[in-house]
Amino acid sequence: MLILGIESSCDDMAAAVVKDGSIILSSVVSSQDAIHNKYGGIVPELASRRHLETVIPVVEETLNQANVTLNDIDAIGVTQGPGLVGSILVGLSFAKAIAYVKDMPFVGVNHIVAHPMAVFLEKAKRKEDEKMRSLEDKKKISTSQPLSFLTSALPSFPFVALVVSGGHTTLFKFKDFVDYDILGQTRDDAAGEAFDKVAKLLGLGYPGGVVIDRLAKKGNASAIQFTRPYISKDTCDFSFSGIKTAVMRYIAECRMQNAEQKEVEKLGSYEAKKNPFSISQPLNFSTSVLNDLAASFQEAVVDVLADKAILACKANDVNDLVVCGGVACNSRLREQLHQKSRNNNIRLFLPDPSLCSDNAAMIAGTAYHLLKKGVRGELDMNAIPSM
Amino acid sequence: MKVKGKKKSEIRNPKSETFHTSSPEETLELGRKIGEGLKVGDVVALTGELGTGKTLFTQGLVQGLGVKGYVKSPSFTIVNKYEGSLPVYHLDLYRLGDVNEIYELGIEEYLYGDGVCIIEWAEKAYSFLPHGYLLIKFFYTGERTRKIEITQR
Repeated sequence: MLILGIESSCDDMAAAVVKDGSIILSSVVSSQDAIHNKYGGIVPELASRRHLETVIPVVEETLNQANVTLNDIDAIGVTQGPGLVGSILVGLSFAKAIAYVKDMPFVGVNHIVAHPMAVFLEKAKRKEDEKMRSLEDKKKISTSQPLSFLTSALPSFPFVALVVSGGHTTLFKFKDFVDYDILGQTRDDAAGEAFDKVAKLLGLGYPGGVVIDRLAKKGNASAIQFTRPYISKDTCDFSFSGIKTAVMRYIAECRMQNAEQKEVEKLGSYEAKKNPFSISQPLNFSTSVLNDLAASFQEAVVDVLADKAILACKANDVNDLVVCGGVACNSRLREQLHQKSRNNNIRLFLPDPSLCSDNAAMIAGTAYHLLKKGVRGELDMNAIPSM
Repeated sequence: MKVKGKKKSEIRNPKSETFHTSSPEETLELGRKIGEGLKVGDVVALTGELGTGKTLFTQGLVQGLGVKGYVKSPSFTIVNKYEGSLPVYHLDLYRLGDVNEIYELGIEEYLYGDGVCIIEWAEKAYSFLPHGYLLIKFFYTGERTRKIEITQR
């Protein structure tokens, strides 16, 4: 069964073709070069109305890369939420239009719930394989390739999933592909948001998570002891707003000390002393201090994420853990998760980094399981921005 | 909650008030009190640097409007909608770049909608705001203390 996945809940428009809920024939994201060139310029980072202009090139590109046409597609899976309503509506309306014209089933997918499904996906192995999977060989392949790989290298139900990205920090317990409970979530900022905002405080570039990860590798993670925001020992909820303020406070203290020292040296330092909290003040941190700061902040966030994920497994008597979303690319988080899951006899599953960030393959993968359960979207389906 | 410097600011601008909060709890409480007085069509514009308490204050505003549950940061989704005694639109323009991006967000639909509109990082959207909006500026004065300046524009 070939499913076209469409995802437009955030900055990127994405489309993918996935076979039988597991094999990715193609997966295209609007920020990729192939689309940049086709679109004839830079696709704005965030502009929901611009999704209108990218939806057709992205879907066409993904069909081309999969070497199929719309006539080969059996069903459509599309993000219904959460996200920016205008953005979601572009993908959703487009999906409904195709479904109506081609008279094929479609289904609305929850973007956050779809993230962990990335762990069940694998890329089509070679170009030749993709070609073989085209029309003529479709039947032969589907019978000769049972889902045998689903047995060992994949998590078994029930499993705990931590979805951690710039917009979400949520712990789930999945009882099967479509049945899940929410165990906990952030009460304020998402973990990835904390990374981005701290990077901004430190005057580092975007995306903040990648830069902090890189600097932290050269820093001392125990140089500064930031308080770990656990909230309480038994909750699976998160709170990352406070740690941003803690980093800011630390920077302000450094500025004050720096200003006083300059005063002794009879250097101008009035501004820094008057408002040490202002981020418009230059930082003048040495590289090693910056590295230590990045490492210490990262360690605090990663400690909480890893500990709560393990806690969720233990509290629910679950042995398998899936961690996904953009922040799951963070090298220190991956390292700690490996360590802590090993110590606790928990099997850890981390999707390929390319499938951790937003993509449409996970939407198509989830849609497959929903369709199998008999779920069908109606043409009056609406976007749910706060799903 | 101490209201310092009120007289001075009243002379300068009759519709401006300055508050000094001495803890995050007081900032939340100030938000809650102001939230209780909001009505359909009101626009609250919040400005101030990272970590000055805009989101905390918004949590207070939203509580004052009778919304239950946590107010998650809308930095990612840009807009969160809550149902309280009135519909509440919570916008966060942090990630947005220029006026065009804000226009393309369709900001007018929220500003002239059926509820209250709360905008963080509002300095990016001054040109869109309707006459009579509430401008709230946040300043650090210390580790836990903030100066909060409220003006009707």
